[in-house]
Amino acid sequence: MEQTISEKIFSKSVGRAVKAGDFVEAAIDVAMIHDITGPLAVKTLYEITDRVWDPTKVIMLFDHQVPADSIDAAVNHLELRKFAKRQGILNYDVQEGVCHQVMVEKGHVLPGELVIGADSHTCTYGALGAFATGVGSTDMGVALASGKLWFKVPETLAFDINGRLERRVSAKDLILTIVGDIGINGATYQACEFGGDTVKHMDIANRMTVCNMAIEMGGKTGIIAPDETTATFLEERAIGGDFTLRSDDDAIKIVRRYAATEMVPMVAKPHQVDNVVPVTDVVGQHIDQVFIGSCTNGRYEDLKAAAELLEGETVARGVRLIIIPASRTEYQKALKTGLMDIFTDSGALVEAPCCGPCMGGSFGILGPGEVGLSTSNRNFVGRQGSPAASVYLCSPATAAASAIDGVITDPRSH
Amino acid sequence: MTRPKGGITGRAWKFGDNVDTDAIIPGKYLVLNSSPDLAEHAFENVRPNFAHQVTKGDIVVAGENFGCGSSREHAPLALKNNVSIVIARSFARIFFRNAINIGLPVVECDTTEIEDGDILHVDLEKGSIYDETRKKEYVITPFPPFIKRIIEAGGLVEYVKSGTQLEKRERRETETELSW
Repeated sequence: MEQTISEKIFSKSVGRAVKAGDFVEAAIDVAMIHDITGPLAVKTLYEITDRVWDPTKVIMLFDHQVPADSIDAAVNHLELRKFAKRQGILNYDVQEGVCHQVMVEKGHVLPGELVIGADSHTCTYGALGAFATGVGSTDMGVALASGKLWFKVPETLAFDINGRLERRVSAKDLILTIVGDIGINGATYQACEFGGDTVKHMDIANRMTVCNMAIEMGGKTGIIAPDETTATFLEERAIGGDFTLRSDDDAIKIVRRYAATEMVPMVAKPHQVDNVVPVTDVVGQHIDQVFIGSCTNGRYEDLKAAAELLEGETVARGVRLIIIPASRTEYQKALKTGLMDIFTDSGALVEAPCCGPCMGGSFGILGPGEVGLSTSNRNFVGRQGSPAASVYLCSPATAAASAIDGVITDPRSH
Repeated sequence: MTRPKGGITGRAWKFGDNVDTDAIIPGKYLVLNSSPDLAEHAFENVRPNFAHQVTKGDIVVAGENFGCGSSREHAPLALKNNVSIVIARSFARIFFRNAINIGLPVVECDTTEIEDGDILHVDLEKGSIYDETRKKEYVITPFPPFIKRIIEAGGLVEYVKSGTQLEKRERRETETELSW
């Protein structure tokens, strides 16, 4: 039977050959919970049993409200800490950074695995060739109890992307182009498989940016066939994984083709992620705050792209630039290579690794009427604070160029 | 999900397409974990009067892709306290699962002609919706059998507890005291 990567991973987890459309109960390889969705998941677990099915397969960390920014957040952290200790679960607590970055960089995800996370951007791990998907707290609680969860095996929507991205055009611009094209609802229930030579030449950081936003099209996951780049990345981090996984030629029914050479810097306008236009359409737009970070664009490669523009420059008066590395490791890389000097010299506020302003529940909140420009993944009404604020989404280069000029700017002009 | 005897009757609160989970419950309230607490802030940013004016049994009606965005189960929980059922042309995947899992009824149906304030009668047994205000009947898209089994069990937790797929473990009561 000809199968897609996703069908192959589900077949392995179920123990028989399955195909798109089948309802299955599949064994989970790894499960991730964080400070926001963890409490409800634990509550569900305790309604069923008192032990997680396998403490070695559950990872916990705190990233959304870090360090605790309210008494409610502190109570959630406290309870989860107690839970992790009782269960013998690895808890990175507040120390390592944003969940999706940490899961990948610490080697918790391998090609061919079925991974769930109680966070919609769990699809990021598809960058390593795993089938990774976000679930709610009840689903997570049930999986924590039983090690299994029901799924509808998804159809695959393949993206064949070829050619070289031009200078200052990034993986973020590529995925914004695709989201704008497919629409916020265009890949619902589907696995988005990204391939072609553009993806082949991307490092893991950029592949993560691409897979991260599969959910913004409604996708169940983003996934990229593992290759030598994947193997090299995982060499020092983990043992195992199936690096031979490929979709069979006839298994993929729908393919969308894109020429990377034709892509330009893109921006998602308020208040929907698929409201995507070339940056040239919004050049000169007033901004109050710029955020560079998140599970989409908080890696060293993203920070480096921003630093290339910020070096020797200062943030425009009246604009706040907030930079948050996605993890402690990425923070240290930026520190050791001098990026932090560039950032602080420019007048940027550099914060410790966490989700920061992305979900609008912690700090870096936008006030009424303010405009934010952000390298994160969502711009819904009220996402970063006031419902009367607006958020534009863009790449790290566009964010940096705009912070310098004080208005939305085409990074190719710098 | 339980099927109330005689169906569900309530006032329609009409929303458009692509209602996201940030609209249903803003991120700053995700520290709350109970349905009544979350319900006080439901739709706060997009329809500030909703939480004050909604009455038990009211019905949320929406267009395509209801509940897109984050995986927060706080979204269906924020609705469940007052809302009896959500009717939409289509749902985002994670919201749909979360709603089924916690027993908030969600059904798919063409909602184009249902208007805000209409009185609706939903009969889940029959699979129909009757708009009393407009005197119009609609057919609900039936669930796949697998999902129906979860609904009939009363949600995912009950389904798993009743089934054979979960390895039975001895429950130790000592560790279930939680403050949330």
